[in-house]
Amino acid sequence: MDSSRRQILKFFGISALAMSTKPVLDAFAAGQAAGDAEANEHTQSGPDALKARQWAMVIDTREFHSLEDVEPLIEACHKIHNVPHLPVKRHEIKWIWETEYKHAFPMKGARFMAEDLQHRPILVLCNHCENPPCCRACPTQATFKRESDGIVLMDFHRCIGCRFCMAACPFGARSFNFRDPRPFIAETNKQFPTRAKGVVEKCNFCAERLAVGQQPACVEASEDKITFGDLYDPESKVRELIKTNYTIRRKQSLGTEPAIYYIV
Amino acid sequence: MKKSKGVIIGIIIFLAVVTFPFLYNRGKAAPVPELVLTETAKAAQQCVRSKDYMQREHMKILDLWRHTVVRSGERVYVNPQGKEFNMSLSNTCLDCHSNKAEFCDRCHDYASVRPYCWDCHIDNPKESK
Ligand code: HEC
Ligand code: HEC
Ligand code: HEC
Repeated sequence: MDSSRRQILKFFGISALAMSTKPVLDAFAAGQAAGDAEANEHTQSGPDALKARQWAMVIDTREFHSLEDVEPLIEACHKIHNVPHLPVKRHEIKWIWETEYKHAFPMKGARFMAEDLQHRPILVLCNHCENPPCCRACPTQATFKRESDGIVLMDFHRCIGCRFCMAACPFGARSFNFRDPRPFIAETNKQFPTRAKGVVEKCNFCAERLAVGQQPACVEASEDKITFGDLYDPESKVRELIKTNYTIRRKQSLGTEPAIYYIV
Repeated sequence: MKKSKGVIIGIIIFLAVVTFPFLYNRGKAAPVPELVLTETAKAAQQCVRSKDYMQREHMKILDLWRHTVVRSGERVYVNPQGKEFNMSLSNTCLDCHSNKAEFCDRCHDYASVRPYCWDCHIDNPKESK
């Protein structure tokens, strides 16, 4: 009697063990099979893709005197990215726009400053900060700092429209789609997706153009008034300009380390 | 005896009501849709992957594509045969399958799938308007 009870218990024990390991082994086996099927597809960057550790921009504000000087750049950007033109100010969507010195650089103004400096249009856009507060605020990692080139990007597929990033950004670089943007796009660029109601958007440093070896659209339209390059390449043109000119950045004291430098 | 008669009638009515939708729709199953291949697709002969794989896994490919393009910046997909594709929904898939209505939509309507991608991605990249 005794020994058979022991045997039954042993039998149950071993069966339980066997049953609990089976799913684990199955999972491993399935993982292997899936791995095999996908082992021979892969992804890579295109042959002309431009690479950098941290893309940065130097804007020579001395070269911009009036709205006519900045509008073509804004237009170039907004056109290729299907940025809608909404008539109502509080619904406005902007990736790059112009503002006055005192708004771009609060705390840096002086009384009785040169008239020209006070009123020249300063181009502002997402600063692609090295220490971006927006990315920390995002609960879904929809906005993130791309490791490979330092661009602060939006993954529109993940954005839930909570707008924490807008609250976190000290530069007001982000806009929210309160309405379906499609009716407000005069001429759609079919190569690039639009956005939809309920997502936040901003400048993407033309990630899609860099991938095929082109400079950002605003840089291309600026006729050398804006310079673009790798901040960590000592040989780059941006480094050269930063070294040879006095440059300022927006709200530097906040510690976000903007990657847009201004010559004033 | 009287009571059970009521019960039996009740059961018959119940069965009639429950089976009505099945009997009513019998033999009228929606036909499997005919998919139309464009001239471009016919000339290419092969999709990004095998037909069988595409039928089962095209959403996974698209998921890989959007994740890779947006988050890692790589934009070229190389299939097992070594052929390269620009990973783009509108510019690649819809380049060959530019007849979205007779291809993607027809099958999705049948399967009752409604991808929300077209809220943003252009669904007629080849048409002028
Ligand atoms: C180079 C042209 C080309 C591109 C690009 C392409 N396809 Fe295809 N696709 C084809 C062809 C040709 C077939 C038919 C294959 C066959 O019959 O063997 C096909 C078949 C399919 C099928 C199966 C249809 C059926 O008959 O059941 C699906 C689903 C599909 N494609 C989706 C996609 C998606 C999604 C993309 C983008 C990721 C894509 N295709 C990109 C050419 C292309
Ligand atoms: C052979 C039929 C068929 C064709 C053709 C087809 N699809 Fe699909 N597609 C499906 C089915 C079925 C699903 C749902 C799969 C599931 O839910 O598991 C699906 C799902 C999807 C999804 C995911 C949707 C979601 O909400 O998760 C996307 C994106 C998609 N298809 C894109 C396309 C595109 C783009 C094309 C045309 C180039 C296409 N499909 C052509 C059958 C098809
Ligand atoms: C809220 C708008 C939005 C929605 C909805 C959306 N996308 Fe995107 N998608 C974008 C934007 C913007 C890009 C970035 C394009 C770029 O950088 O070239 C993108 C990029 C992509 C890319 C790679 C680049 C390209 O040109 O296609 C793929 C693939 C993609 N999305 C697939 C999908 C699929 C599949 C769905 C639906 C399940 C979807 N997207 C829904 C906005 C959206």
